[in-house]
Amino acid sequence: MSEHHVMPLKTYFKVAGGLVLLTILTVVFHEMKMGALAGPVAFLIAAVKASLVLLYFMHLKYDNMTNRVIFGSGFFFLILLFAFSYVDIWTRIKSFSTL
Amino acid sequence: MGTASTNPNVNYLTEFSGIKSWLFSLDHKRIGLMYMIAILFFFLVGGIMAMLIRLELFSPGPTLFSADTYNQVLTYHGAIMVFMVIVPGIPAILGNFFLPLQIGAADVAFPRLNLASWYVFMFGAILAFTTLFTTKIDTGWTFYTPYSIKTGTAVITIVLAAFIMGMSSILTGLNFIVTTHKLRAPGMSMFDMPLFVWSLYSTAIIQVIATPVLGITLLLLVAERVLGIGIFDPKLGGDPVLFQHFFWFYSHPAVYIMILPAMGIISELISAFSRKTIFGYKAIAFSSLGIAAVSFIVWGHHMFVSGQSEIAGVIFSFITMLVGVPTAIKMFNWLATLYKGSVSFESPMLYALGFLFLFAIGGVTGIMLATLGVDVHFHDTYFVVAHFHYVMVGGTLMAIMGGFYYWFPKMFGKMYNEGLARLTFVLIFIGFNVTFFPQFILGAMGMPRRYFDYIPAYESLNKISTIGSWMIAAGFFLALYVIIRGIISGPKAPANPWGAKTLEWQTSSPPPHFNFDKKPTVTGGPYDY
Ligand SMILES: [Cu+2]
Repeated sequence: MSEHHVMPLKTYFKVAGGLVLLTILTVVFHEMKMGALAGPVAFLIAAVKASLVLLYFMHLKYDNMTNRVIFGSGFFFLILLFAFSYVDIWTRIKSFSTL
Repeated sequence: MGTASTNPNVNYLTEFSGIKSWLFSLDHKRIGLMYMIAILFFFLVGGIMAMLIRLELFSPGPTLFSADTYNQVLTYHGAIMVFMVIVPGIPAILGNFFLPLQIGAADVAFPRLNLASWYVFMFGAILAFTTLFTTKIDTGWTFYTPYSIKTGTAVITIVLAAFIMGMSSILTGLNFIVTTHKLRAPGMSMFDMPLFVWSLYSTAIIQVIATPVLGITLLLLVAERVLGIGIFDPKLGGDPVLFQHFFWFYSHPAVYIMILPAMGIISELISAFSRKTIFGYKAIAFSSLGIAAVSFIVWGHHMFVSGQSEIAGVIFSFITMLVGVPTAIKMFNWLATLYKGSVSFESPMLYALGFLFLFAIGGVTGIMLATLGVDVHFHDTYFVVAHFHYVMVGGTLMAIMGGFYYWFPKMFGKMYNEGLARLTFVLIFIGFNVTFFPQFILGAMGMPRRYFDYIPAYESLNKISTIGSWMIAAGFFLALYVIIRGIISGPKAPANPWGAKTLEWQTSSPPPHFNFDKKPTVTGGPYDY
């Protein structure tokens, strides 16, 4: 196991500030009403925020490879969930209501 | 370890006394027993609900209560038995108690977390019970949308209760994974571990990976009801079938959370009572992992007629068949272990053999239901009800009973009445088949599940089924008597009454507070007979 890494408090506050900033950014982009782009942009910002939390608050940045691999395996199962759900959703025979 | 454990009269049960010594105990054995008391109580309540369901179906038309009440009783039975009895059952009770003992450890890796998960579980359970008995729930245990969004009943609280209990399940799983990797006795490699430990390990992986998805799904359902976010509601651009995808992504692997530890117990029992090395140790261990892996990509077999696309149906049908392979590997290995063994028929072994018989029926009918074309007809009939009761009651409950009789001497340091214990097997085994085999026929005749009424043509088989349920109940009450009498006035148990080889039998019965007076060193395999 890798030795314990003690992070300076300042880093935590910086990251927290970054998260708040990104949240504000989300609201701003929402107000801009970007139509089809709105979803992807919101997801992109959320992904950046999640990575910040993972890397700094959950210490993945300083962990050894095993922990990262184990963490990554979670994504593998997430992909399974999405992929097989999409197998259904994208191949449904659509019939549109005329009501 | 202190001085206490050198005195043979002091064990984990007697070393400390008072209610506080239990409620704040970090001892995995005591926590296991606390789970046992809670889960036995839930089992009693869920069982009473089952009896009420069968009584109502004794004759067509309203027999006992109204259709609305029937829907609620059905929901109570399903929700209690799944989330509060069979899912936590083996890992929380027997797993907690015997995982550390079987690998020669003093406790689990995180004793405080272990106690915390008991409290989290109890908190969720109490929330579930107050919801069930002070308000109405009529969604069934699956909470399918769109009904669960529309119904006026207390969906939110029951769903939060399931969420909280899921949290407890994750914590237990995490604890078991770390314990298995880090606390094995010196000399014990992964392939020297008893197969019960392997099965708990595979189960724990599923608990950790799948349960969060259930949690998120349930929170989305709450968000849908409270905020109308529109993920499941087609009016807002959502997809009600998506709920079923999310729900079964957890709930199909959950079936293996229920059955894998049961298979682990069966491996122990078959080997111990055949007095023979388990046949195909590695095959059994890896098939557990195989089942765990495949379990994540078969969930769509619950959705063949839900509006899922045909292509998805075909794919899920095909992959589901694959589950039969690792399962059959286990079955054949158990049978091969019996072959030329010196088999004896004590009560735990009777339950293990009962498991083989009932689980074979449950498994093979599972393959029938996995066949897309056949399932279109059997879907939502009593055939499905019979199938999953053969797997869960015929499988998991038989294994719990067998495991319980097997480890009872170790847990309490007493022996129970063997004759009466065998009688419980006879009652439960025959009663079970009388109850559920007719339901296969009813399903094939087209009787739909979950309805409170049926046409007169189904009456005689339903009567047989209800009479069978009385035999099961008699068997379980007798078992309760056997256990209580054994604890109170049973003769003292030796350290190793069955002559088994796994580590838990090398310490005294009941074990001292830290399990072993001196840390065991492992030189042989778990089944060197
Ligand atoms: Cu399934």
